Amino acid sequence: MTWNDVVFLLPEIIISIGASLLLLAPVVGWRQRETSAKWSMLILLGITALTVIGCSYWVQEIPQSRSLAGMFALDGFAIFFKLIFITAIAMITLLSDDFLRESRYSVWEYYSLLGFALCGMMFMVSGMSLISIYIGLELMSLSSYILAGFFKNEEKSTEAAMKYFVLGAVSSGILLYGISLIYGVCGSLNLLDIGRALSTIITNDALMFGVMLLGAGLCFKMAAVPFHVWTPDVYEGAPTPITAFLSTASKAAAFSIFARIFYLALHDFQLDWSNVLATISALSMVLGNLAAITQDNVKRMLAYSSIAHAGYALLGIISLNSLGLRGVLIYSLVYVFANLGIWATVLMLRRHEYGGERVDDFEGLSRRAPFWAFAMVIFLLSLGGIPPTAGFIGKYFLFAAAIQAGFGWLAILAVLMSAVSMFYYLRLVVAMYLREGREADVAITRPLQIVAATCLIITLLLGIYPTPLINQATESSRWIGARAAIIPHAGR
Amino acid sequence: MPEAIPSTEAYLMLSGTLFAVGLIGVIIRRNMITVLMAIELMMNAVNINLVAFSHRFASLEGQVFTIFVITVAAGEAAVGLAIIIQLYRLKSSINVDEASELNG
Repeated sequence: MTWNDVVFLLPEIIISIGASLLLLAPVVGWRQRETSAKWSMLILLGITALTVIGCSYWVQEIPQSRSLAGMFALDGFAIFFKLIFITAIAMITLLSDDFLRESRYSVWEYYSLLGFALCGMMFMVSGMSLISIYIGLELMSLSSYILAGFFKNEEKSTEAAMKYFVLGAVSSGILLYGISLIYGVCGSLNLLDIGRALSTIITNDALMFGVMLLGAGLCFKMAAVPFHVWTPDVYEGAPTPITAFLSTASKAAAFSIFARIFYLALHDFQLDWSNVLATISALSMVLGNLAAITQDNVKRMLAYSSIAHAGYALLGIISLNSLGLRGVLIYSLVYVFANLGIWATVLMLRRHEYGGERVDDFEGLSRRAPFWAFAMVIFLLSLGGIPPTAGFIGKYFLFAAAIQAGFGWLAILAVLMSAVSMFYYLRLVVAMYLREGREADVAITRPLQIVAATCLIITLLLGIYPTPLINQATESSRWIGARAAIIPHAGR
Repeated sequence: MPEAIPSTEAYLMLSGTLFAVGLIGVIIRRNMITVLMAIELMMNAVNINLVAFSHRFASLEGQVFTIFVITVAAGEAAVGLAIIIQLYRLKSSINVDEASELNG
């Protein structure tokens, strides 16, 4: 390990040391200092974000953007996603603040686990070898299992953790078996070496089986049909800020790693897996959206909606072209911020630990909190992909990519299903604006306002003026695009 | 001259069988501890695969991965057991079916 490697890994080193220190804070008698826990976490995230930006400039100076024997890359794609993850975790920290204060559980461990999950996601998105990807994935998953069961005296939370753990562990086993078969056929675990080996190998059954198992494991992490059964239960049972984490940062991490593996390693093998993934994508969109219609619990409704969104994101992966890769980047960002805004609004309605999560709870919100009801409408429109919100730009890229790649039927289905999704998003709007609300109190605290306002600005601004985002996505996807031979070779 | 070791195919069959036993165990067993054991079995099937391929390619990459898998499996068992203990405290049972508060 050289100094070069240390600089590459600096953000991950900082966040893991910081998370360990957060874990030690209660030992030195700071257990009751809950406000300092929040601020320590936010400062830690700020330092990490600055380090990521600093590293990205430093890395541009040297020709080779990989380190640790080619296992770790700090390309534009990784930096783009790392900054999304850090921002999302910072917002989840703000969302958790009041929620945790009322719940009497220790906050230091909570933030520490969030930090470790962030470290795992950041390491995973930089992974250039299936080893580093797997390690990052497991660090993220193990932290998520504990966080889902963090309210350990609640039966719902513990049950959610149990279901998430059993299905998550099985899916990592399946993913690993797939990886071992790919290793057996290609003789390497490095993504670029696998890509090179596959360009000369004729398709065989072991390889096909391995890729399918790997895809199944990844589909579980991004909750695509038929690997979605855990999603509604876990989302409902987990503490609401953790549900926000699972449905935004954790999901974006799954999109990113799916894209990285399939674009870098399996691009020469597209014909064999794209039809299977197209079926999974179609099923996710149909089943996710149709099941969401009948839900009365907002957390379950958003869980099914997130299954449908996994289906949309898969469009960008199966199309395997420049539009698709940029679409995955843009869509992840747009999806994360629209969803975090919705979770902030859901938390404003909370009256006790599991309150504020039925559709009825939204009744009359337009009179109780007109501005936040309006913000909620914008977030819902963004998830539905209606202009002038940012969600439209994301879906535009994904659908255009699918059409360009010859998956026209899938794009048509996606548009139809977006229309269906507007039906249940509008159910919330109707409840907010047209129903007489009971005079229930809303807890609109400063941290929730900050999160909702930031998400609102991002969603509207990028919807009206998307050029900077599109340029950034083009720039960030350049390295992977060149390796996957979907755009002309450009620089490093 | 070292003793002849079985071919890679033999190891693949062993690991495939172990993996299938583990997967079936997770599906049909209702006791959480047994489910955890079945999951460990799946992980170990992967390890056999990786080591067999590593030997065949005469590269250490697969064996390095095996070390990581063993480490992660240990962490996973720790988290799993913690969740099982908490479930037992709340429900006085570690049967998977008893946990049915969430309808799904």
